[in-house]
Amino acid sequence: MNIIKTSKVALRALGRNKMRSFLTALGIIIGVGAVIAMVSIGQGAKVEVEGRFESMGTNLLFVRPGSRSYMGRHGGGGTYTNLKEADAQAILENCDAVKYVSPNVNGRAQVVYQNKNWNTSIYGVGSSYPEIRNWAVEEGTFFAESQVRSSQKVAVLGSEVSENLFEGEDPIGQVIRINKNPFRVLGVLESKGESGGFFNRDDMIAIPYTTAQKRLLGIDHIQSIDVSAISTTRTNEAMAQIEELLRIRHKIAPGAEDDFNVRDMADIAESASEATQILTILLGGIASISLLVGGIGIMNIMLVSVTERIREIGIRMSVGAKERDILLQFLTEAIVLSVLGGILGVVLGVGSSRLISHFANMKTLVSLGAIALAFIFSGSVGIFFGFYPARKASKLDPIEALRYE
Amino acid sequence: MENNNLIQLDNVERIYTVGETQVKALKGISHNIHKGDLLAIMGPSGSGKSTLMNIIGCLDKPTSGEYFLEGQEVSKMNKNQLARIRNKNIGFVFQNFNLLSRTTALENTELPLLYSDVPSKKTREMALKALAQVGLEGRELHKTNQLSGGEMQRVAIARALVNNPSLLLADEPTGNLDTKTGNDIMAVLKKLNRDNNITIVLVTHDPEVAEIARKTIFLRDGLIEKVKVNGE
Repeated sequence: MNIIKTSKVALRALGRNKMRSFLTALGIIIGVGAVIAMVSIGQGAKVEVEGRFESMGTNLLFVRPGSRSYMGRHGGGGTYTNLKEADAQAILENCDAVKYVSPNVNGRAQVVYQNKNWNTSIYGVGSSYPEIRNWAVEEGTFFAESQVRSSQKVAVLGSEVSENLFEGEDPIGQVIRINKNPFRVLGVLESKGESGGFFNRDDMIAIPYTTAQKRLLGIDHIQSIDVSAISTTRTNEAMAQIEELLRIRHKIAPGAEDDFNVRDMADIAESASEATQILTILLGGIASISLLVGGIGIMNIMLVSVTERIREIGIRMSVGAKERDILLQFLTEAIVLSVLGGILGVVLGVGSSRLISHFANMKTLVSLGAIALAFIFSGSVGIFFGFYPARKASKLDPIEALRYE
Repeated sequence: MENNNLIQLDNVERIYTVGETQVKALKGISHNIHKGDLLAIMGPSGSGKSTLMNIIGCLDKPTSGEYFLEGQEVSKMNKNQLARIRNKNIGFVFQNFNLLSRTTALENTELPLLYSDVPSKKTREMALKALAQVGLEGRELHKTNQLSGGEMQRVAIARALVNNPSLLLADEPTGNLDTKTGNDIMAVLKKLNRDNNITIVLVTHDPEVAEIARKTIFLRDGLIEKVKVNGE
């Protein structure tokens, strides 16, 4: 008996029991659908995170103070206060792979405009902050270098703060109070949206770092320096130049540990995308279990179906079906079920990932790889779990099978 | 050796082993059946009728002894070869019809052809011809549950005929039918024997059914008790 005849026999047998066939395939449909939907959520998150880092600028470097240690006790990263404005200036002047620097100091403050108030992050930054962070000013302007030099009380609002304080009113030129100091609003930054988790990047106000040091924080060191390399390919070079320069400036003896550290975006982006990769594997793994359960469901129903159809098997054997013919028929039925289930599962998975991205406002990405994998897996599940019942059917004795009631 | 024998049984024994005990169902049957014969096998329950029919029908093999069907030694064949013989040389008609449920008369009749070398496009034509032979024109696409008992048995006969077998085995073919329908079925079988020269072996315990046979073999306790030639 050839493949065409076998498939015909199998399809007819399945067609005689449409409801049972559908229920059998349901496990695979849901399994494959779940794998595709879950992996698409994971992949979507990964692409989203990578996109975020891309939008921050891939040639971005961060200089932070190292950990202060006193009598052998380390205080954790960023506890040194030895990073000064002059360090930032020196980096800009001496490192030729560096394009922009922005010294940073951060704090939180209560912000008041007329009868409204809001608690938000205050970023004390340099004038090249928008270029470094790849963050455009939507309305008005950013503060100029001269305004930073003279510690002017000017501010640029994140879109969230602008909305909360001004509620549609034009904020440009208005005066807000940050910790009771009056600041003139120069502009509003474009919206960047939430980054992963609860952190909203638009909930902030940028002011000159010099003003922040004097008026808000009362410090004379800086907490970190954002550096932008001339190009993505020169970030490593820039990193080396900064390290060398700061070791000289901080008079660190050869062989001694740095009292600062320089990291680039690639390091951070990598660890973040690793986290989402783990998420993908985790979600895919959980969904695969349901695919496996679906496969066991196929085996279960095929076994029941063999018992139920002993007479049919006997009839087929009496008219000349060989063991192999019966084996192939039942195996083909299992494979047809799981492959059809796989196809429907792909449709279900793609459909539900669309729904998720539409209703849950979550980015999903259906990859061809995930579809192919789920499909191949479901086919193998059919062969694997279909084989045992099929073999059982083919080993029946024709006389007993014919007599079976 | 030139002979006209379709079936040659030579001292055929069949012993079932159930646990420790051995049951001798057939204790040495020797008999020849000619081509074109119409033979009945009779006997009380437990006489070995069914066992003998299973062996003649190549569903089972003798424990010892030899069985030749059209000159081929069936008693030495393996399972696959037996399946092939059943497919090509033998047609079965059972007491309870044994049709596939929720399947049309046509599909049931086509069934043996699915396991043969007959190309797919010819199977329909052959099945329609066999159904016409048993008088079921116009009922081809009816499903088995829409057919009467007599019609179901006709479908079973059509299925047995479709591969042009040399031997048709009927196990109590009228057992589940009323007298009139039973007589109709017997008439169909008799006509096939007469017109198409198909050898028919009937297993029955109904003397009236055995009447139509040319020869009746009486079995008792696994042995041939007597052979009666009808009309004597």
